[in-house]
Amino acid sequence: MIVSDDLFIPMRKDNLNSEAIVRPQLTFWQGAWQRLKGNKLALMGLVIIIVLGVMATIGPMISGHEYSKQSIIMKNKAPSGTYWFGTDDFGRDVFTRVWYGARISLFVGFMAALIDFFIGVLYGGIAGYMGGRVDNIMMRFVDILYGLPYLLVVILLMVVMGPGLGTIIIALSATGWIGMARTVRGQVLQMKNSEYVLAAKTMGAKPFYIIRKHLLPNTIGIIIVYVTLSVPSAIFGEAFLSFLGLGVQAPMASWGVMANDGLSTILSGHWWRLFFPAFFISLTMLAFNVLGDGLRDAFDPKARR
Amino acid sequence: MDKTEKLLEVSGLRVTFKTHGGEVNAVRDVSFSMNKGETLAIVGESGCGKSVTAKSIMRLIPEHIGKIAGGSVMFKGKDLAKLPEKEMREIRGKEISMIFQDAMTSLNPTISIGEQIMEGIIRHQKVGKSEARRQAVEILTLVGIANPESRLKQYLHQFSGGMRQRIMIAIALVCRPSILIADEPTTALDVTIQAQIIDLFKSIQQKTGVSIIIITHDLGVVAKIADRVNVMYAGKVVESGPVQDIFYNPQHPYTKGLLASMPRLDADRSIPLSPIPGTPPDLFAPPLGCAFAARCDYALEVCRNYQPAESNVHGKHSVSCWLQDPRAKKMLAAMQAPTGT
Amino acid sequence: MLSFVFRRFISMIVTLWLIITVTFFLMHAVPGSPFEKEGKALNETVAQNLNAYYNLDKPLFVQYGLYLQKLVQFDLGPSTANSADTVNKMIARGFPVSFQLGLIAVLFAIISGVGLGVIAALRHNRLIDYAAMIIAVLGISIPSFVVAPLLIKYLAVEWKLLPTATWGSWQHVVMPALALAFGPIAIIARLTRTNMLEVLTQEYIETAKAKGLKPATIVIKHALRNAILPVVTLLGALIANVLTGSFVIEKIFAIPGMGKYFVAGIINRDYSVIMGTTVFYSALLIFLMFVVDVLYGIIDPRIKLHRKESEG
Repeated sequence: MIVSDDLFIPMRKDNLNSEAIVRPQLTFWQGAWQRLKGNKLALMGLVIIIVLGVMATIGPMISGHEYSKQSIIMKNKAPSGTYWFGTDDFGRDVFTRVWYGARISLFVGFMAALIDFFIGVLYGGIAGYMGGRVDNIMMRFVDILYGLPYLLVVILLMVVMGPGLGTIIIALSATGWIGMARTVRGQVLQMKNSEYVLAAKTMGAKPFYIIRKHLLPNTIGIIIVYVTLSVPSAIFGEAFLSFLGLGVQAPMASWGVMANDGLSTILSGHWWRLFFPAFFISLTMLAFNVLGDGLRDAFDPKARR
Repeated sequence: MDKTEKLLEVSGLRVTFKTHGGEVNAVRDVSFSMNKGETLAIVGESGCGKSVTAKSIMRLIPEHIGKIAGGSVMFKGKDLAKLPEKEMREIRGKEISMIFQDAMTSLNPTISIGEQIMEGIIRHQKVGKSEARRQAVEILTLVGIANPESRLKQYLHQFSGGMRQRIMIAIALVCRPSILIADEPTTALDVTIQAQIIDLFKSIQQKTGVSIIIITHDLGVVAKIADRVNVMYAGKVVESGPVQDIFYNPQHPYTKGLLASMPRLDADRSIPLSPIPGTPPDLFAPPLGCAFAARCDYALEVCRNYQPAESNVHGKHSVSCWLQDPRAKKMLAAMQAPTGT
Repeated sequence: MLSFVFRRFISMIVTLWLIITVTFFLMHAVPGSPFEKEGKALNETVAQNLNAYYNLDKPLFVQYGLYLQKLVQFDLGPSTANSADTVNKMIARGFPVSFQLGLIAVLFAIISGVGLGVIAALRHNRLIDYAAMIIAVLGISIPSFVVAPLLIKYLAVEWKLLPTATWGSWQHVVMPALALAFGPIAIIARLTRTNMLEVLTQEYIETAKAKGLKPATIVIKHALRNAILPVVTLLGALIANVLTGSFVIEKIFAIPGMGKYFVAGIINRDYSVIMGTTVFYSALLIFLMFVVDVLYGIIDPRIKLHRKESEG
């Protein structure tokens, strides 16, 4: 290697920053969004959810048929230009009913998830933040509920309260918040004992500041993931109850009710009556599950390389 | 013992890691050799590539994370860098062993320690359980664990920190390897336990003649145990030589910096320690010239864009620094001359 | 260890008592008499006789006391809808069938779930990993009452490989067990895969590699054992899942198990059957959780230490 002699002079340090940061730096939300964007499956889930939401809003109106209108002549018609998804054994338009059912299922899913969120975060947050005896008593109660088969409890509540949209949401929320409470409590407890919160305390940070600056940003990811995953679980719960005859009552339709009604068609060959509601239940649950998984990966700090 | 017999020869070793942004050059053209029965220390700051170098010798860099991008690791006539995985498994644990920093996480918590010692023996020596147990007891005695028979049945959490490290050393030594690589073996330990473990290394070396590569950032440990030292910075060996030369005649400004930042009891307390300012460069995009230039008090313009070549100082002591260039020496002499007269 | 088992046992009994109490008062909070059907009121004397037979004429707390008294003798009382039948008899008839089906489904779910999860983890980010994870996400998303009709349509109706429904031979078990196990397989496979990936990055795996052990030894001896430990804790939830899932599956396949009685109980508003089944299944589940906890303490040597530390 030939090096010019002129270079053997002391280096000028002005343009040499020894601590220069070469890699691009991302904030928490930017990083999460970057990772979510890279996850094709999760994005697909998000798009499907949006499309389902739009169709649940406008779907029942665009076919020109009413969801409860019966017609003996038109019963069990296969999908065609007039009846896009066919008709059921009362001659009702399956397309309209599927999107009408989507409203019910999505409404139940979102409402139950929302209630889970509020109760769970509050309950878990208080238990974790208070700690000690309060935490002990609160969590003992949760542990008992957690040990029960939740669908059995939901069924019991439904039997007691009677079928209906409101009671379904209440029954599903009555058990749904438990998981959320446990997660939030665990997270808060772990963070409360962490050294960075201790450090903040020693520097005189007030409780509200610690909650806002440390607890919230570090729990929000896991909460979002949990809410996303409790939507499909509530939708499943509703369908399950409807299947047992404890769901919404006729003429209202949910996917679970329609799937139950369509069960006999395995033998009769009117496949569309089972296929469409079953397909959309599965698609919705799939979309929320892949989105939830994607969010989990996106928010997991361990995934940051 | 013939001290000149080369046991291991690493030349031009390069290791890269895949990350989201691209490749990180963790080890850049590292060469060194080690003789039978000697203790080689590799020192440097965190992230300088010393552990990666060690793991590359053992070929323990997971394929999907990083790879050996070049160079060779010659051991007993074989190039370990290119050896098929199956043959490499015959080397690991039998010819070359490795111990890690934290015995608590490096040993399996759900398998009894006896089982963990014995599985290596059974694997490499093709002996039965009772013979393996006999050897396990023997090795536990060698590393200084009392009541080895009853200890064999116990689990990791039933041992203290120093004991765990002894067990890890026992596991590594059980097949009498010719090289023991110790990756920060004393870092996680209390000072008193550190001293015990270092003494253990010395006594084991005397008894078994094993060669030791010790990776550490603790120069105190180096002084106590090493015969030769490799100083690494930003994925390169910047200075290497016998331990006396490195401690008493350091040439590279980085080595000088390391020594100056080490507290000494016999030093004048009114003189503050002189830490090296700044942090090592990000190996995501290594600097064109000398990686230490940005933090170096003696840096020259040439250091910015040109890599310094290795030059011999004296005997086996060599250094990679532009200050060794005659022109630099001349320039420095010229700079001092006017003020001197 | 023994004191742990004892404490755990006491808490099991307390939990069970709480469930029985809550269930009892919930069921008795339902407005109206259980004998009124579709608004038709019963003849005065018949109603009185029925109320006397089911102790409904007594104050609520006396009823509760009598119920508990019978319960400790394992007597769940007569059916409300059919006074000739008792809940105990229904369980005796239905539970063996449900138990058989549930056990097969659980075993199937564990074996295939763990297998799938391990393979996926070992071939991380390869084709088989993606395939396994697609199966897993489908398993979580597709409800069993959708899987079951599909199985019937293809395996039974179209290809005529298996009988459509009912119970009897081993061929009858295949489809309902598959439908029941589908979801749990997915859950177990995902959990196993996550744990396995986590364990494979542990330093003790590196130590095992540094010993020169063969990959198969490392996976089976060092990784798998630690990876499936958390799956054991999932067993309780898994069994609960299969248990409630069987209500629907038994209905679809017309299997004469507990689910059939329970669903019939719901439709007929047969309160003692609903209550009895809930109590029975809760007791079963709580007992199984207890067993799982004790087992876990035996399998994982680390748990023992924590107990000792907290006790000492």
